[in-house]
Amino acid sequence: MDRDGERIEITISSRFENIELVQVIAEHLCENAGLDEDGSHWIGMAVREAVANAIKHGNKLDVRKKVNATFHLHDHELEIKISDEGAGFDPASIGDPLNPQNLMKTSGRGIFYMKTFMDQVRYSFAPGGGTSLVMTKNLAKGTGVASSKV
Amino acid sequence: MKATPRTVDGVEVIKLDGKITIGSGDQQLREIITSALNQGKTKILLDMSGVTTIDSSGIGELVGSYTTVTNRGGKLKLLHLPAKLNELLHVTQLITVFEVYENEGEAVKSF
Repeated sequence: MDRDGERIEITISSRFENIELVQVIAEHLCENAGLDEDGSHWIGMAVREAVANAIKHGNKLDVRKKVNATFHLHDHELEIKISDEGAGFDPASIGDPLNPQNLMKTSGRGIFYMKTFMDQVRYSFAPGGGTSLVMTKNLAKGTGVASSKV
Repeated sequence: MKATPRTVDGVEVIKLDGKITIGSGDQQLREIITSALNQGKTKILLDMSGVTTIDSSGIGELVGSYTTVTNRGGKLKLLHLPAKLNELLHVTQLITVFEVYENEGEAVKSF
């Protein structure tokens, strides 16, 4: 099936149990576009991390605040945008989880996983509040997992 | 997430089944480890074969559990890592932290 130009949008309230809804959409979209199960899983994982951050750190678990996700597939390029209603943050303040000082920290790996599994990850912050994360992945290039399989 | 503990030669072998994700399983894992430690069980082997999904929060809880057990003078090791969990531990270099086994007998002996 030709999925070129496919655009899907979903808006959820800020509840952790809604994360999987968005993850499943991402995985199905990738599988329908011809990506294998592993590749689809890792993109779904990046989406899971992005939505979890939007709910927890962006919207601070306020169920009245929404998280919007859009998926746009065009010419093998998948663009995923996750937006929240939070106050934003400084991406530079997030430490490198591979730094030995951070290795045993219990948090701080979500953005790292997104960057590992996607080609590009960038944030933008609206002046009146709200954070948007845009991630892209060229589905023709495979899974893009950084480490070797064991 | 479901946890099924049993004792093998003084080692608490805990089989985990289900999801260890934010808001679902991550806090449970912490409680399971705390409960074992409070019962004096400091040799802990987590059988991960039944873990279906894990995210960065779940990975964080694994790291926190490792630290908690180590700080109490104990040891926490992992058994039967699913391939995707193995991958997540590799990319974050946490695979260098955990002792991982594929054979329960060997894992139990290693304590």
